[in-house]
Amino acid sequence: MTAPNHNWRQFKDVLMRVITFACAILVVTPLVLVFYHLLKEGFTSINWAFFTQLPKPVGEIGGGMANAIAGTFILLGEAALIGVPIGVLGGVYLSEYGGSKLNWWIRFAADILNGVPSITWGIVVYGLLVAPHLPGFSALAGGVVLGLMMIPLVMRTTEEVLQLVPAGYREASLALGIAKWRTIVQIVIRTALKGIVTGVLLALARVAGETAPLMFTAFGNLGWARKLTEPIAALPLQIFEYAKSPYDDWRRQAWAGALVLLLLVLAINIGVRFLTRDRFKAKI
Amino acid sequence: MADNQNNSAALTVKNLSVYFGKNEAVKNVSLDIAARAVTAIIGPSGCGKSTFLRAINRMHELNPDARMEGEIKLFGDDIYSKNVQPVVVRRRVGMVFQKSNPFPTMSINENVTVGLRLNGIRDKKILSERTEQSLRMAALWDEVKDRLSAPAISLSGGQQQRLCIARALAVQPEVLLMDEPASALDPLATSKIEDLILTLKKDYTIVIVTHNMQQAARASDFTAFFYMGELVEFGPTTKIFTSPANKRTEDYVTGRFG
Repeated sequence: MTAPNHNWRQFKDVLMRVITFACAILVVTPLVLVFYHLLKEGFTSINWAFFTQLPKPVGEIGGGMANAIAGTFILLGEAALIGVPIGVLGGVYLSEYGGSKLNWWIRFAADILNGVPSITWGIVVYGLLVAPHLPGFSALAGGVVLGLMMIPLVMRTTEEVLQLVPAGYREASLALGIAKWRTIVQIVIRTALKGIVTGVLLALARVAGETAPLMFTAFGNLGWARKLTEPIAALPLQIFEYAKSPYDDWRRQAWAGALVLLLLVLAINIGVRFLTRDRFKAKI
Repeated sequence: MADNQNNSAALTVKNLSVYFGKNEAVKNVSLDIAARAVTAIIGPSGCGKSTFLRAINRMHELNPDARMEGEIKLFGDDIYSKNVQPVVVRRRVGMVFQKSNPFPTMSINENVTVGLRLNGIRDKKILSERTEQSLRMAALWDEVKDRLSAPAISLSGGQQQRLCIARALAVQPEVLLMDEPASALDPLATSKIEDLILTLKKDYTIVIVTHNMQQAARASDFTAFFYMGELVEFGPTTKIFTSPANKRTEDYVTGRFG
């Protein structure tokens, strides 16, 4: 009944399945390894002091990364203030207005910007704000560099989710005599809001771990930054400083800092999952 | 006929041509659309009937390649006059689409009042009055009055389409355009929409594009047959369906082509 090479075909089929499955497992293996290693090395160093205390001077055991954790949140807040409005409104322009030729160039430029190495962003902002002492190494410069990196990311994701809003909703609104800008704000953006928030969160998660651009801008600080014009600590910077130090206690804390940073990014991603799951439910 | 019809015409269309780029979708169409009556636009796919409909509330302008020639007057007002904004035309000429499209982020009553609220009407009393009035006119009130704050997308397909009609009525337009409003609905929901059309024509001028010959015959007073962008024949529905003057009209309404 069966063709003579039936078994060979079946074997190839199984082989293909096994190979692709192995590759799929390989893809998630690093996450498991990273998480396991960070938990193993960092978990014991995470305690109340880690979240509440400043770094101790070299030689003294203990202290924490309170300033770096706060610094990361401050930098992310500044980045969001810069990146979200510009990115979202730029995405609105691409999706809702604009001639196709100009849009093509803007999209092209945004995609290039998304691929620019982060250290390049650092050098650019260093040249713009830090070197001319406007205001030099500072929380402000750090926020600006992360914000600039967010803009093309947020713009492209905003454009994409706005394009997913069916044209019928725009038409229905315009046919009611509702002005275009109101249609965009109240109908189109509102329909796509979860998608936009998702894009913003992913962009924040992406820049939260940036280290290189902050070296040229936020610089790091072993104490608190009192003003936005002073250098400020950030988790990735502190991890970098501690990890390359010769002191065991600092290196332990570097592991803990890395674990906290990973958990932060993970928390953002879980938030995104939650939002998107809800979005698909609402669509059905 | 033309003379006394002119007096009661809601829309006067003269030498209307609509182009998308180089393609002429509507070719030199002239007709008068009677007030407080139902005018059906029929014709095979791609004959320009939807484009004609969308030119009446300037929705075709959403396509940046669109261009029109000729004149459309709404109760005497030139809707393409330079100082007339499309937004103003669309407040006077409402539209219901083939695919029901209630706003998914809004509840039933929010959907009904959206055209008022986003045009600056905030008075709660007016909004709730208009909600009930519009839902009653759309024959949906009894089905939804106990769950006005439920999501609009929780309604069935036929109810969603009647909600869209209520939404269009809430801004109190003078003309209601319907682009195949029942083609995505089952027969029962379709007959509800047709009943509704017959009720609404007491107060509104209705122009309906349909693929369904029976629907045109049942629901309309006048019928326009479009073919390849041209208006082939226009007249009272009974005449178009029983003794059409043009051979192509006869072939189409008897199902010989299209």
